[in-house]
Amino acid sequence: MSQMVSVIAQWFVPILVLLVLAFAQWRRVKVFEAFTEGAKESLSVAASIFPFLLAMLVAVAILRASGLLGLIARLFGTVLTPLGIPPEVIPMALMRPISGSGSLGILTDLLKQYGPDSLIGRIASTMQGSTETTFYVLAVYFGSVGISKYRHALWVGLLADLAAFFAAVWVCKLIF
Amino acid sequence: MVNTLWIGMVLGGILYAVYAGTLAELTPAIFGAAETAVQLILGMLGVMAFWLGMAKVMEKSGIMHLVVRILQPIIRPIFPSIPRSHPAMGSILLNITANLLGLGNAATPLGLAAMKQLQTLNPWPREASDAMCTFLALNTSCITLIPSTVLAVRAASGAAKPTDIIGTTIIATLVATVVALILDRLLRKARRSR
Repeated sequence: MSQMVSVIAQWFVPILVLLVLAFAQWRRVKVFEAFTEGAKESLSVAASIFPFLLAMLVAVAILRASGLLGLIARLFGTVLTPLGIPPEVIPMALMRPISGSGSLGILTDLLKQYGPDSLIGRIASTMQGSTETTFYVLAVYFGSVGISKYRHALWVGLLADLAAFFAAVWVCKLIF
Repeated sequence: MVNTLWIGMVLGGILYAVYAGTLAELTPAIFGAAETAVQLILGMLGVMAFWLGMAKVMEKSGIMHLVVRILQPIIRPIFPSIPRSHPAMGSILLNITANLLGLGNAATPLGLAAMKQLQTLNPWPREASDAMCTFLALNTSCITLIPSTVLAVRAASGAAKPTDIIGTTIIATLVATVVALILDRLLRKARRSR
């Protein structure tokens, strides 16, 4: 199964490019012109994302460097540890929705400390892979079209992350 | 919402640093993060340009409409507010496909294209529409079959079988996606301001 999936991943991009370009040519689209026209849009998209990305990264850096993030992790630990979530993975769980590279850094650290084949290593890996950087996704996606009222989207994203965390812990404890 | 959160994070962090005596760490952290933002955006730019170019070719050749017609019956019921064969549906479907295969870099520009097209259907341009919330519910719960970054980190740290977490990841992802879609349905009416 996993081997099949990785083969699909290797083939996906080249085959997609081949099919799309061949089909477009057959439909007599001016392929090169269309491609460059679309590629040009990336500059304005990048320009509109950049301030949101910068604002979020700076705020997270302040939280981490001040030590407040660590304190929050310890506070959450008193609630989450009785529910079966190992305290070692809590800083990662807190970082995950805020910063993808931040939680990847914590994951790397956990794998080094406890080993990638330990239960903690596997739980942390599953957590990282099964959730998204909710704050980042919302800031970038809504920011790119100028939306400031997120309605329920933030709650849905965070509660889905929470569900994935619990699922990761329980599934890993069950299987490994 | 994001305004309150951001101010809270920054002010809370700085005030705590004053109390904890970690104030000296803040200046390098702030400018380091600002630099990281530039590196991230520049790193994204190339891949994004490529995929937006491909997306334009797909759009002009009518492939979007073709994909939409095939997958529409499955995804349509989740997005009742998008008109039949609207281009937003095509971008959403392509974004979901890219996410499934763990192609995060490809998924983002497609997702942003979807947001742009969803915005044309949005009667209140400052406020998220129902379809946007559902789309981001799918996106933030991140339906993934190949967690490529995690696999890379596990391999690099000497795992016996780096791929052994794929099964657990898929299960955890499915749980998150189902929870996200249910919550989106439940909270949609409660959080409508008009």
